[in-house]
Amino acid sequence: MPQPRVLILRAPGTNCNEETAHAFTLAGAVCEQVHVLRLLESPAMLDDYQVFCLPGGFSYGDDIAAGRILGGQVRRQLGDAMQRFRDAGKLVLGVCNGFQVLMATGLLGLEDPSGPLATLTRNDSGRFEARWVRLSVAAGECVFLRGIEQMELPVAHAEGKFVCREGSLPTLGAQAVLRYTTEGGGGTAYPANPNGSADHIAGVCDPTGRVLGLMPHPERFVDPTQHPQWTRRREGGNGVADGLKVFQNAVAHFG
Amino acid sequence: MTLWEINVLPADDQPDREAERLQARAHDMPGGDGIKVATARGFLIDSPTIAEPDAVRIAAELLSDRVVETPAIGSVGSWPLKATPKRLGEAPAGILNVLPKPGVMDPVALSTAAAIGDLGFEPPQVRTFRKYWIAGADDAAITAIGQTLANDAIEQLIEGPLAIDRLDSGGDYHYELRHVPIAELDDEGLMRLSREGQLYLQLAEMQTIRQFFVDAGRSPTDIELETLAQTWSEHCSHKTLAGRIAYRDENGERRFDNMLKETIFAATNELRQKWQADPEREDWCVSVFKDNAGLVRFDEQDNVAFKVETHNHPSAIEPYGGANTGLGGVIRDILGAGLGAKPVANTDVFCFAPPRCIDETQPTDESLPPGVLPPRRVMQGVVEGVRDYGNRMGIPTVNGAVCFDPRYLGNPLVYCGTAGLIPHDASFGEPQPGDLIVAVGGRTGRDGIHGATFSSAELTSESESVSGGAVQIGNAIEEKRVLDVLLQARDERLFTAVTDCGAGGFSSAVGEMGEEIGAEVWLDRAPLKYHGLSYTEIWISEAQERMVFAVDPDKWPRLEALCNSEGVEATVLGRFEPTGRLVLKYGDNTVGDLPMTLLHDGRPPVVREASFTPPAQPSLTPPARDDYTDDLLRILAAPNVASKEAIIRQYDHEVQGGSVVKPLVGVASDGPGDAAVVRPKLTSRRGIVLSCGINPRYGDLDPYHMAASAIDEAVRNAVAVGADPARIGLLDNFCWGDCERSETLGGLVRAALACHDLALELEAPFISGKDSLNNEFSYAAEDGEKQTIAIPPTLLISAIGQVDDVSACVTMDLKRPGNVLYLVGETKDELGGSHFALVNNLSGGRAPTVDGPRAKATFAAMHHAITGGLIAACHDLSEGGLAAAAAEMAFAGGLGTTIDLASLGDELPAATLLFSESNTRFLCEVAPENAEAFEAALSGIAIARLGEVAAATRVAITLGDAAVIDADVAELRDAWKGTLAVGVFG
Repeated sequence: MPQPRVLILRAPGTNCNEETAHAFTLAGAVCEQVHVLRLLESPAMLDDYQVFCLPGGFSYGDDIAAGRILGGQVRRQLGDAMQRFRDAGKLVLGVCNGFQVLMATGLLGLEDPSGPLATLTRNDSGRFEARWVRLSVAAGECVFLRGIEQMELPVAHAEGKFVCREGSLPTLGAQAVLRYTTEGGGGTAYPANPNGSADHIAGVCDPTGRVLGLMPHPERFVDPTQHPQWTRRREGGNGVADGLKVFQNAVAHFG
Repeated sequence: MTLWEINVLPADDQPDREAERLQARAHDMPGGDGIKVATARGFLIDSPTIAEPDAVRIAAELLSDRVVETPAIGSVGSWPLKATPKRLGEAPAGILNVLPKPGVMDPVALSTAAAIGDLGFEPPQVRTFRKYWIAGADDAAITAIGQTLANDAIEQLIEGPLAIDRLDSGGDYHYELRHVPIAELDDEGLMRLSREGQLYLQLAEMQTIRQFFVDAGRSPTDIELETLAQTWSEHCSHKTLAGRIAYRDENGERRFDNMLKETIFAATNELRQKWQADPEREDWCVSVFKDNAGLVRFDEQDNVAFKVETHNHPSAIEPYGGANTGLGGVIRDILGAGLGAKPVANTDVFCFAPPRCIDETQPTDESLPPGVLPPRRVMQGVVEGVRDYGNRMGIPTVNGAVCFDPRYLGNPLVYCGTAGLIPHDASFGEPQPGDLIVAVGGRTGRDGIHGATFSSAELTSESESVSGGAVQIGNAIEEKRVLDVLLQARDERLFTAVTDCGAGGFSSAVGEMGEEIGAEVWLDRAPLKYHGLSYTEIWISEAQERMVFAVDPDKWPRLEALCNSEGVEATVLGRFEPTGRLVLKYGDNTVGDLPMTLLHDGRPPVVREASFTPPAQPSLTPPARDDYTDDLLRILAAPNVASKEAIIRQYDHEVQGGSVVKPLVGVASDGPGDAAVVRPKLTSRRGIVLSCGINPRYGDLDPYHMAASAIDEAVRNAVAVGADPARIGLLDNFCWGDCERSETLGGLVRAALACHDLALELEAPFISGKDSLNNEFSYAAEDGEKQTIAIPPTLLISAIGQVDDVSACVTMDLKRPGNVLYLVGETKDELGGSHFALVNNLSGGRAPTVDGPRAKATFAAMHHAITGGLIAACHDLSEGGLAAAAAEMAFAGGLGTTIDLASLGDELPAATLLFSESNTRFLCEVAPENAEAFEAALSGIAIARLGEVAAATRVAITLGDAAVIDADVAELRDAWKGTLAVGVFG
């Protein structure tokens, strides 16, 4: 199988780049972690890669708001390059802070002439929270989520509440590929929906299916021992970790 | 030129969470009930080139989110910025603004200025602030509310619309060399100089300094005196514990030339010699008690570094900033170990006075002594300070503890620790003569002046105003940038040594690195945050996020380029010159010139008296009851035992992807794990185990047993999840009161003796440590008398263990009905200092003791059973004893227990069997098919088959036919989870 090349963007405060590279590597990709200043100097370097990944962390400290400063840099200076990248059939993944950055780039198709249709803002709890969530998947065209129905993954953020501009929720419904849920599917109140997101939305895909942004961290569940109940599941066998499938799907896209 | 003010308000259809929280909090304040609040985030932007349309664009594109926020823009204080937000209706509202004081680190302002630069403008000066509109309160109430919003140590409160016309950027500095006449001072004069100059040196030390300069025939310069005070401070030199001590206890007298060296270090050395002499054994200690952290061997490629520090006094005055920079500091210790370790996990332990919201018997905020911040504010600030730094650094916070005791009022304890990974061949650094002294990271400002000497002073009700400059706010992203660059530079070997700028700033960092060589420092070259710093301020500033490198001149261009490529400032500040002298220059002027030997060996020896008298210990007879369920519920709800989930969930414990055993475990991820396990290398199965032991309550009875118990607890927590007891390294962190009092110092020596004994008996060496003395708070009571609150002597033991393969690890949640429950270890009549005694107001009794050889055998046998896969669940017995452990295992597993205490014999009453806190005990769940093998693995160890795991969710404990505890698991869980529920952090 050909090995896709992944560019993992690193900015001041990015801190999930190593484990994201590990996850892509486990799935069979070749990764390079590139500092944002290098990419801003020469956006054409994107041409050498098949996957562009914005990992989690606190880019520029999340000062002003999460992902705001990096999002502005990327939108102004890499916007065109990223459009071309996506239109060439390549993949873009934004996780947590990367999702917050993607929201600012316009690449997810969540904008109309009068501005953004949606945003990610402060959790209803008002604070950073780390916990595991269950997700229901409506993959549609989304390359990353092909064949996945449910996932358990951790979230760790202070600003992950998905909020829509008044009246825009129905128009973007099909793009909401990931929703917080519970084991039985009902009662998705806090903490199952950890941040108060509208319609329990945890992740959004662009209309092409090749750009995915999500708050939960798939790279934190690529090994069975990362699951919070792994010591209870020894006997049944732990199977393929849910998050790993996301990265395997990305690699398989180029197979 | 206009100073622009931009307010960012929640949009009218969005909730204002900040306002809701303040309304809820004000409910209990005089005149605060029923107020209505609206809030905004504010920015002040000072630039000659930014016009109104530009400010509008900056507000829309950068500062606000169009979906959920609304910006208001104008010149400072103009009408749109004063208007009461719509959500408050027509009611008149007062305005409060909270601004960081000039010079206080404002990371958001720095980022905002740079981001405005990204938009194509000349980067302006920026300050952020918080703005509140308050309706339904009179002026006095608004002022009172304001005082709870602003901390005077770092913030200013401005009532009404802002009226500022420019942002202050510091004044000019005119060089003038200052000498301090010392030769003619008498002893009283010396002590006045020590105190008023915030040198906090003792008389003998001041006399030594006077003699040196009399002999040299000159007066010291101010910077020379400061350098000596920093280097000789308790914080930097640990002169009390590493000094001469005459100790007396019931066994007679003992004299130490260097107390730590002869107790704790000596045990480590003895163990290492023993291992080195034994061909079957390996000396796995790599670097102990000399570097910024202790280093032990991890695997074929890497060592692991571990360090725990305290930041108590700054946290008392400004809890958020103190805790924030406490964690930032210990992370830099790891970055500054060897040639730099990569941080992989954090641990934090806090000691607070109980806030009234969890203990109604505590004083109200209004009745606190002057100068004391309310305990709830301290707790919230500390928790948030650690959270915001650790999460931003991308280091998982995996382990911790919180202790409450009224004696921490005014002097909370904040322990922060970090573990890191470092290649074998990068584990040692040594500056070379001729190397450049390079400062890397944040700029130097007037922040943190006198932090090192301040920690030697007792806290008083005036500390806030006297020492405010010692308190700082961290900038985690600056430190993350430094981390990213440092690890690359390490792997390219671009420097020969590195250390962090902690207490004492450049003076300590350069002084320590150059101790064996000598150094010349060019102070005028240090990059400054703003103008106006004197040469002395530059030298002793403790501005955060700075490291000092020793760099071969040939490597400097490459290091400079690397730093530039990641936006990190690096500056040559001097050179290590083989002169044996510390020469300080400002431009062409020599402002200081001292021999290194005076700094490092010149401090006069002081013999301190230490005594310990065992307190009379009345016996403790537990009340005899038919049923102890209520005692168990009260113990589970006691703040030290109760769930810390409200804190833990605010910390990212899974970043870096190595999480194996999380702080909360079990079927619903809400049970208290014994220790954390992380896999620091994602391509390896090998794990690091972090755990801790702390119980100041035992120290009231005997500091020796407190120390021994803390060591046993830290080790047994690590062993409980699967750590190999033959490879556990320990750290000691002593937090004590004023050790100039012989009985206070005596207790500390006694604890150190226990550390020595237990380290040898368990073969668990101490690899590093730290002490913090003078943890006392003084104030003038209403009658004018000086009152002092000393903390209970508090020893934190942190353990770092290892597991060969993390898949063998065990968690504490019960797994399957029908499995057998075993108690491992001996239960003794040891209710002294227990939580049973606490909730029943009983005093006296015997504190738990440790039988070292027996503990070693028990830990080894337990490890054998765990690695053999014989144990399904394992929990250590600590506060609340057997009953609390059984309850915690049951609710974590969503199962019940049927336990009969009869197999424990009839010597001890039920209360003791249930609640004694005897050490070296575990409650183990074993599948029936493994029971025989388990018993064989534990042969020679006291074990008792107590009962089994039940499908019914009740914890049922009997003594023969009599039920002594019978409770529904949900009831137990609710008691445990209720105390520190999320609301406490609202």
